[in-house]
Amino acid sequence: MVMAREILRIENLHVSVEGTPIIRGLSMTINQGEIHVIMGRNGAGKSTLANVVMGHPAYEITEGSIHYCSEPLEELSVFERARAGMFLSFQYPAVIPGVQVGTFLKKSVQSVSDEPLKGRAFRKQLNEAMASLEMEKSVLSRYVNDGFSGGEKKRLEMLQMLLLKPTLALLDETDSGLDIDALRIVAKGINQVAPDAGCLIITHYQRLLDHVKPHFVHVMIDGKIIKTGGADLALELEAKGYDWLEPTAGAEA
Amino acid sequence: MSDEARDVIGDYRFGFHDPENSTIRFDKGLSEQVVRDISELKNEPEWMTDIRVKAYRHFVERKMPDWGNCHALNEINFENVTYFLRSSDATEKDWDDVPEDIKNTFDRLGIPDAEQKWLGGVTAQYESEAVYHSIREDLEAQGVLFFDMDSGLREHPEIVKKYFGTVVPHSDNKFSALNTAVWSGGSFIYVPKNVHVEMPVQAYFRINAKNMGQFERTLIIADEGSSIHYVEGCTAPTYSTDSLHSAVVELIAMKGAKIRYSTIQNWSANVFNLVTKRGVAHERATIEWVDGNIGSKLTMKYPAVLLKGEGAHAEVISVAYAGAGQHQDAGAKVHHLAPNTTSNILSKSISKNGGRSSYRGMLQVTPKADGCRSKIVCDALMLDSDSRSDTYPTMEVGNSSADLEHEASVSKVSGDQLFYLMSRGFTEEQAMGLIVNGFFEPFTRELPMEYAVELNKLLELEMEGSIG
Ligand SMILES: Nc1ncnc2c1ncn2[C@@H]1O[C@H](COP(=O)(O)OP(=O)(O)O)[C@@H](O)[C@H]1O
Ligand SMILES: [Mg+2]
Repeated sequence: MVMAREILRIENLHVSVEGTPIIRGLSMTINQGEIHVIMGRNGAGKSTLANVVMGHPAYEITEGSIHYCSEPLEELSVFERARAGMFLSFQYPAVIPGVQVGTFLKKSVQSVSDEPLKGRAFRKQLNEAMASLEMEKSVLSRYVNDGFSGGEKKRLEMLQMLLLKPTLALLDETDSGLDIDALRIVAKGINQVAPDAGCLIITHYQRLLDHVKPHFVHVMIDGKIIKTGGADLALELEAKGYDWLEPTAGAEA
Repeated sequence: MSDEARDVIGDYRFGFHDPENSTIRFDKGLSEQVVRDISELKNEPEWMTDIRVKAYRHFVERKMPDWGNCHALNEINFENVTYFLRSSDATEKDWDDVPEDIKNTFDRLGIPDAEQKWLGGVTAQYESEAVYHSIREDLEAQGVLFFDMDSGLREHPEIVKKYFGTVVPHSDNKFSALNTAVWSGGSFIYVPKNVHVEMPVQAYFRINAKNMGQFERTLIIADEGSSIHYVEGCTAPTYSTDSLHSAVVELIAMKGAKIRYSTIQNWSANVFNLVTKRGVAHERATIEWVDGNIGSKLTMKYPAVLLKGEGAHAEVISVAYAGAGQHQDAGAKVHHLAPNTTSNILSKSISKNGGRSSYRGMLQVTPKADGCRSKIVCDALMLDSDSRSDTYPTMEVGNSSADLEHEASVSKVSGDQLFYLMSRGFTEEQAMGLIVNGFFEPFTRELPMEYAVELNKLLELEMEGSIG
């Protein structure tokens, strides 16, 4: 059997913010074609994990390591990670006033590609991606995330993901606050990139997993993964909550 | 942003300069004789010579302003300035007749192309006088007069005599006196009653010679019910000694007329840019200043509108970018002199690398001006902690029925914005460039396309290589 290509390898990762430890000894490996889901209560450190993988300067790695495509990541700045094929769908995407979505997308796609972007080819790609996400063309002349509803923001994140074609897709609560239709559309986006990429999906809800089939479900409590299972673990969490997994409840760690 | 516009602008940069090849160049320094010589050389009527001389005498007596950046102002050495330089003997109507080196400059700026594609007319001013002037035939047929100011004075002395100096008298300030004494070039436009000039009309100014003063004088008269959009762009190459630019612009919008005057000034960092711009709006007339200030060592410029007729409206949208060693002291002045007049002022400034931007505003409502409305918004964006931004708003409100709003904000680029953009592949400089362009967007979207493209490009260049 051919070994799947390793996309992300995290080993014994410890991360602090302003001196406070948030992630305390986390390890996981994501191979190409795998969908990993992380679930956990608010404040468990899920966004911190996504941010630190993407290179956010506020997060300090105090111990452990992250490898992307078998190369150590720490030397790479945020934009170099993006250009190397890493993508983060933000829990709270930033507003960039005055910058039109169309301009932003074109420049962004240009910035991660090695060759000059052909106008026509880009427009074709853009049209296809927008059609598959059922987005209105008028979005292109709005300002990036400015006055967007929660659902609109998440859809724009998915549009960027489709255009940037990442090798590693980190999705931080992309499904939160979405209605059934929007959820279906977001799932469609994920399923388009997933076969060729490694996917890490942070979510609170099982319902996304009706549309996206994870290979692994991890439970994160206090900056550590305390349980890993298959898709059925998500169902179990939905039914029972997290208390039974607390180390103090005597569950396996 | 269209690719076509990008092609028109090409990879324009502002730092190149051509060998000076002037036909006539005055010695440095100013005297009554220099003023008289300029007038004589141009074969001006005596009344204009008299205006110049009177203005010169006022200039000599008038003290430097004792407000604003006095320190920088006092560095100006009026004796070290060339007050007249003629680089081509005739004002050409055919681009092919323009001398080669001058043409090269404009070709690099993309002007003939820009003209064909976008603009109703072009007066390209090179040094002191216009070397190229054209106007679309349909405008001429409508009776629109569009000349460089010197030709305007020659061809229509009666109109010039009637309006020259009526909006900005020579005694307004030291620099308006200087301009009135030594003015050369600029534009003269008269739009007849009820004529609407649909396409923007453009003039391009460029300083090429060292220690060269540029003192253009512009007069635009929009007769009743007419409208025009005039666009002015300025670029100057980089030199090690200081240049002085001191223009005067007078706008007159008659009953129901509308004038929009758009400017992007992109001076090199050694230019003193001290400009007086003022318009008079009569009954139900509108005057709009769209004013962008990039570069220069010191800019002092406060486009003004006198709302003289009932129901007149003023719009002043300005942006300023102050980089290292630069001070943008800019703003707006609106005088509500008649009832039911309205005004909107939007000022946006960016300071970076120790640059300083100041908003200086004046809003006046006279006692008889009932029912006036005004909204002022000032936003400053600081790109680092060495930079400086301040506001000096003055309000003189003599009528309690006035409805006035004033908002001011100072913001910094947020780490979240930078992280978001960088996670999409932008370098920190590119991310800053995008944020800066976005911040100026309410201004940029008011510009004709090719100016918008050029401004965005300039700002992106400004962000390059400057983050440590
Ligand atoms: N930039 C930050 N500055 C200070 N504290 C932070 C920062 N980011 C996260 N934290 C803290 O780290 C902990 C984990 O947060 P987060 O990773 O956002 O959790 P989750 O995404 O699982 O809800 C929280 O206590 C939060 O307050
Ligand atoms: Mg979170």
